[in-house]
Parts: sequence; structure tokens; C-alpha cells
Amino acid sequence: MTEVATQSKKGETKPKNEKPKAVLRDDYEHPMEIYLRIERFPHIWCATCGIGTVLTAFISGLEKSKLDIEKVTVVSGIGCTGRTAGYLRLDSFHTTHGRAIPFATGLALGNPKLKVVVISGDGDLTAIGGNHFIHAARRNLDLTIICVNNFNYAMTGGQAGPTTPMEAIASTAPYGCYEYPFNLPFLAESSGAVFVARWTALHIRRLTNTIAEALLKPGFSFIEVICPCATLYARRNRLGDGLDLMRFYHDNAIIKHGANTREVDIEYQKQIIVGKFVDIDKPTFLQQRDRFLKNKLGNQFIPYKEPVS
Amino acid sequence: MKYWRVPFDRDKIDIPHGDIHINIDRCKGCSFCEEYCPRDVLKMSTNYNKKGYHYPDVIKQGECVNCCLCEMICPEFAIFCIESSKDTIQKGMKKGSNQEATS
Ligand SMILES: Cc1ncc(C[n+]2csc(CCOP(=O)(O)OP(=O)(O)O)c2C)c(N)n1
Ligand code: SF4
Ligand code: SF4
Ligand code: SF4
Ligand SMILES: [Mg+2]
Repeated sequence: MTEVATQSKKGETKPKNEKPKAVLRDDYEHPMEIYLRIERFPHIWCATCGIGTVLTAFISGLEKSKLDIEKVTVVSGIGCTGRTAGYLRLDSFHTTHGRAIPFATGLALGNPKLKVVVISGDGDLTAIGGNHFIHAARRNLDLTIICVNNFNYAMTGGQAGPTTPMEAIASTAPYGCYEYPFNLPFLAESSGAVFVARWTALHIRRLTNTIAEALLKPGFSFIEVICPCATLYARRNRLGDGLDLMRFYHDNAIIKHGANTREVDIEYQKQIIVGKFVDIDKPTFLQQRDRFLKNKLGNQFIPYKEPVS
Repeated sequence: MKYWRVPFDRDKIDIPHGDIHINIDRCKGCSFCEEYCPRDVLKMSTNYNKKGYHYPDVIKQGECVNCCLCEMICPEFAIFCIESSKDTIQKGMKKGSNQEATS
């Protein structure tokens, strides 16, 4: 089982390149393993990729929210980030590219007792899945969306996408990207999201707290997580590896809670404004439906009841 | 922890202590834990694990404050920290205070 390093005792010199004495501790396993399909590990993410860190934040946030995990389900699309659902020991679904939100919509409407979470990439959610994204936000569906933004389509080789900052090099933008990128918090808010936040993979505790908060927020909550992609984005732009990007976030992220989402664009290698931007109350899709139809149909309207099991 | 002044009530505050557990062969050597541990408890080893990555060594055993930052930031679920019980604290303190890296 888990191999645990022992600490070198004072004064003891270890011969070079010899493994330190390790003890096997069967009585301990990683506290998050109960939430993981650990039999699938090691996961596919590259060394210094930040997606694993976002996954730990999700697990901690879920724990913190005290939701009944029997009633939590996670949906992912396709991409490096899309693999997260498959590593979670919850009812989790790895769907087709761009269709995580439609799948999640079905789950949430079919069984309103579920807390449905979507964890997926920037390309999956806002390029091929962009239409679903804006309409789910417009309807204020009861979904929590965690979008891992690594500024490119990582899984397929680092193509430029709707979040690639201008000037950044990508496999389909060898001289730098010249398209205007999306400002995702602004997109989410203007489409109707009731909770909008952005953190980086380095803001691990704040991200955890925000995830817990978003999970408990009725309606469409959106969290963008700026995350290192070492192998494609960082390497192609000669930015070093994931640790260098973490250091960059450390030096360049500015916390501005309640910032106007219009003003939180991300420019290539410039400051990143993070924080909780939007937190408003608005009836959800199902509340709207029930209220509206009750009004129109009176007693003829039969609201949803939990199936007897 | 790096204090710019020692808190007045430092002697009265019960600083928690942690035991660090590292699953060496799961580590992919990103150094996030080493870089962000507030107490500089971890240092990347010069040795390699099964996968060929350097993994962190615990170089200041008694100094871990059980903040679990390493656990939270590790993308590989390779490191975690458990609060020491009173007797292991004593052992850890004796064994580890200001201990230097030996490899
Ligand atoms: C319908 C369809 N079109 C294209 C693809 C190829 N494809 C797989 S992943 C991906 C992009 C993923 O990018 P993103 O969502 O940002 O995830 P990342 O890998 O960056 O985490 C694409 C275009 C596909 N699998 N299915
Ligand atoms: S390609 Fe990029 S996003 Fe995908 S696992 Fe590797 S570092 Fe992470
Ligand atoms: S728990 Fe905190 S103090 Fe202890 S090793 Fe990890 S990061 Fe360092
Ligand atoms: S954070 Fe995890 S994967 Fe990275 S060096 Fe530390 S133990 Fe290894
Ligand atoms: Mg991406």
C-alpha cells in the first residue's frame, strides 16, 4: 500500500542515490482517496499540470459544503480537464465534447434533488459547448460549473481557442493569436449567472471556499480556474513549467471581490483579476417554472414530487 | 513560519504539529509542495522514484504545522499531513528541530 518516506535522523548521512528507508503504513491512506477511483491512478495529467490541484480543491470544497455525496453528481466533457469526472468516486459522467451542460441539464431536471456539477475545460465549455453554456446561464439552471481555463485546447495538441490571449502562441497560431478572447466571467454574468468567481490553481484555499459556496448556491454558479498547462501552453510560449506559471500567478493575481466583470479581461502575461465577482439571488429555472405554471394552471399543475423508492 | 515580529502571546499559543506522509512513487516531481510549504519543511530529494521523478524529502520533521497546504496543492495526491498526537509531537520535536537535509 502507501509507501511513506521516513525522515532522516539527525547526523545520519544517506548514501547518494539510495532510496531513503521507507515504511509501509497500511493504516493511513490519502484522506481524499475515499472520493477517488484510485485504481485508475496514476492519472493522465502531465507533471506540473494544475488540473490535479483543482481536483483536490473540488474534493475539499465538496467536503466543506457538507452535501450528501450520494446526491452529488459530476459531469465532464472531453479534454484533459474532462478526465476529472472519471477519477471521482461519485456518480460521475464523462460525456461527449461540449455536451457536459446538456447532459447535466437532463440530470438536474430529471431529479431536482441532485446537486449537479460540471467540471470541464475552457474549450469544451465555451467553444464547442458555448451555446449550451449561455443558455444554461440564461435559464438559471441549478448547476455549478467549474471551468479549468488553461488558455488552449490542451488534449488535442494546444490549439488556440476562445480563451487564448492575444499574442500567445498556440499550435494553430504559430506567430501568436490575433483573435479577441472571451472574458468568461463577463460572458457568464451577462448570460444570467447568479454566482461568478475566478481564482487560479494557486489560490487553493480561496478556491476551495468558493467551490463550497457555489455548491450551496441555488441557480447557475460559475467558477473559472486559471490553471497551468505545462506541456503545451507554457512550453510553446517558453514560460517554463507549471511551477513557473504558479509563480506568475503569485506575482500577478490581484484579488478584487465584486469587480465589474467587464473589467476582468485577461491579457497575455499581464495581471489576472481574481475574486468573487457576482453573488445575486434570482429564482432558478425550476422555481420559475413552478411559480409560473402554478399561477397559470392553479390546481391543475402538479409540481415535481420525489419518486418513492 | 516567517515572522517579522514574534507575536506577544507566542508561548501561550498551541501551535499544531503534523506528520507528513509521502507516497513517493505517486509523485511527479512538480515541487509545488516544496515551494509553498510555509515552514520550508520539504525539499526535493536528489533521488529518483520509480517513475524517474525527484520527490520531496522531509527535512525539518518537527516544524510542520499541519496546515495541509502541501496536501491541497499536490496535483498527484502524493502527500498528506495528519495532526501529530501529543507523544509523536515530542518525538518529532526531539528528532527534528532545525534538522538539516542529509541527502
Ligand atoms: C466533437 C468533437 N470535436 C473535437 C474533438 C477533439 N477534442 C478533444 S478535446 C478537445 C479540446 C479540449 O479543450 P479544453 O476543453 O480546453 O480542455 P483541456 O484539454 O484544455 O483541459 C478537442 C477539440 C472531440 N473529441 N469531439
Ligand atoms: S497537456 Fe496541458 S492540460 Fe493536458 S495534462 Fe498536460 S499539462 Fe495538463
Ligand atoms: S502541512 Fe504545511 S507545514 Fe506541514 S509540510 Fe505541509 S505545507 Fe509544510
Ligand atoms: S506537490 Fe506532490 S507531486 Fe508535486 S513534488 Fe510535491 S509530492 Fe510530488
Ligand atoms: Mg483548455
